[in-house]
Amino acid sequence: MINLIKKNRFLLLRRVSQISLMVLYIAANIWGLNILVGNLSSSKLFDVIPLSDPYAVLQMFAAGALIATDIIIGAVIIILFYMFIGGRAFCSWVCPVNMITDLSNYIRRKFEFNKIQKRQPASRNIRYYVLALSLIISFFMGITAFEFISPVSMIHRGIIFGLGFGWAAILIIFLFDLFVLKNGWCGHICPIGGFYSLIGKFSFIRVHHNHENCTACMKCKEVCPESQVLFMVTKDSIPVVSGECTNCGRCVEVCDDEALNFSIKNLKRKYNEIN
Amino acid sequence: MSNNIPKKDQKMNRREFFLNSARAVGLAALGGLMWSAYVDEVTASTLLLRPPAALKEDDFLKTCIKCGMCVEACPYDTLMLAKPGDNKPLGTPYFVPREIPCYMCPDIPCVPVCPTGALDEKLVTTNNKLDIKKADMGVAVIDDNSCIAFWGIQCDACYRACPILGEAITVEYTKNERTGKHAFLKPVVHADACTGCGLCEKACVTEKAAIFVLPREVALGKAGDYYIKGWDKNDEKRLEKATSKITKTKLSERKAVDSLNDLGGILDD
Repeated sequence: MINLIKKNRFLLLRRVSQISLMVLYIAANIWGLNILVGNLSSSKLFDVIPLSDPYAVLQMFAAGALIATDIIIGAVIIILFYMFIGGRAFCSWVCPVNMITDLSNYIRRKFEFNKIQKRQPASRNIRYYVLALSLIISFFMGITAFEFISPVSMIHRGIIFGLGFGWAAILIIFLFDLFVLKNGWCGHICPIGGFYSLIGKFSFIRVHHNHENCTACMKCKEVCPESQVLFMVTKDSIPVVSGECTNCGRCVEVCDDEALNFSIKNLKRKYNEIN
Repeated sequence: MSNNIPKKDQKMNRREFFLNSARAVGLAALGGLMWSAYVDEVTASTLLLRPPAALKEDDFLKTCIKCGMCVEACPYDTLMLAKPGDNKPLGTPYFVPREIPCYMCPDIPCVPVCPTGALDEKLVTTNNKLDIKKADMGVAVIDDNSCIAFWGIQCDACYRACPILGEAITVEYTKNERTGKHAFLKPVVHADACTGCGLCEKACVTEKAAIFVLPREVALGKAGDYYIKGWDKNDEKRLEKATSKITKTKLSERKAVDSLNDLGGILDD
């Protein structure tokens, strides 16, 4: 039992984080418990600290809206947080869609879909094209283009304010990830993930690979939703450098040989230099 | 690096590069077109009532971040966020007066919480004080064919429900010639005072409300600047800056007679 918890410690923590954030938002809407008011697009923490989705603000900017100071401060707080601390932690620790795509992925692994369809037919760079396209459309239509189709905000809003046909978005993403493309939504298409990949490059909290402990079992690569970031596994002792890593910690917990662990980027480098 | 690759492969690489770029451009254009068509569709709904102090629809759509803080602030659960399937701009706040109207709170809790300014406090402020009477959510319209007060049945439900009764809705008395001894109590909406709160629509006793709120741009016409109310001193002021400017074009150089039999050069050739 203890082993099971240890083997899923980050997964459990992530679910706790995702669900408790959601509960806080719902509590604010239903019981007026004003710890975290609003939703993932924009919220207020303890009635004082503004937090807002920098990607949504970027679209507003492209659309030509006059942007209020509150929103800019909120976006800067979020950018700084993920830039220096979290990387793509939004995707794996906050975003509700992560639970849906993780489930697809889990079923894929259990039923060995991945062994049937080895080659993924789409590029992981699509998300950056979608990101660029969203800003272009926002600019020409004077509307926050992705916000009007975003299944992420649709689902999150749905959970707090009523789902409507939002369940269809959940189903589409689930089926798409299950049958069409492995890690299709989060790893290939979602421009929010693309956005955080770009700013998360600098983040300090990183998974570090220790090549000496590695026994090349490849469990980490199998479980990683962005397996291309683990290119150094079996080869080199370096931290994950790509911003595409979601800091989910799945690789750390499945590794039986202590070859992977979270580290603080620059500290580790200094530590290695000293030794 | 490219020196190591044989020339033939280099050529293939170049071809592949152009082909791939063309493919990417094509896909992006196709995706973009579908995407913008969809966005155009969902944002096209004009028959939609926004919270008080909302910016003009165009600006509102680009500024609203869809956070739902106005919805949470409303003590009457008037406001809703458009869900998929509502056929309204997704995630933006609106209300349906026949279900829950706006109760015109004097402290307007929904407006100051808006983080983006899509609900702009300035639009409902007079002399640095919040003033809900300045709100412009829409304007009430009466269908006098289904309004029973116009039939001669006594009803003043909308008039009584109006939070600014006497200003936004008044009752006009006229003689009922049909019975010869009764009066009509006809409600009249004054568009300049009406805030579009929808309390009248909620109160209306008919099966489907005979008085209902529509967005101002939808409900009202426009006479145009070229009509001037001669009896209105303020309106007549618009004439003060009028000048007797003579328009000169190439045509005005010709004599009046010249243009009478002008065949437009048809017979010249």
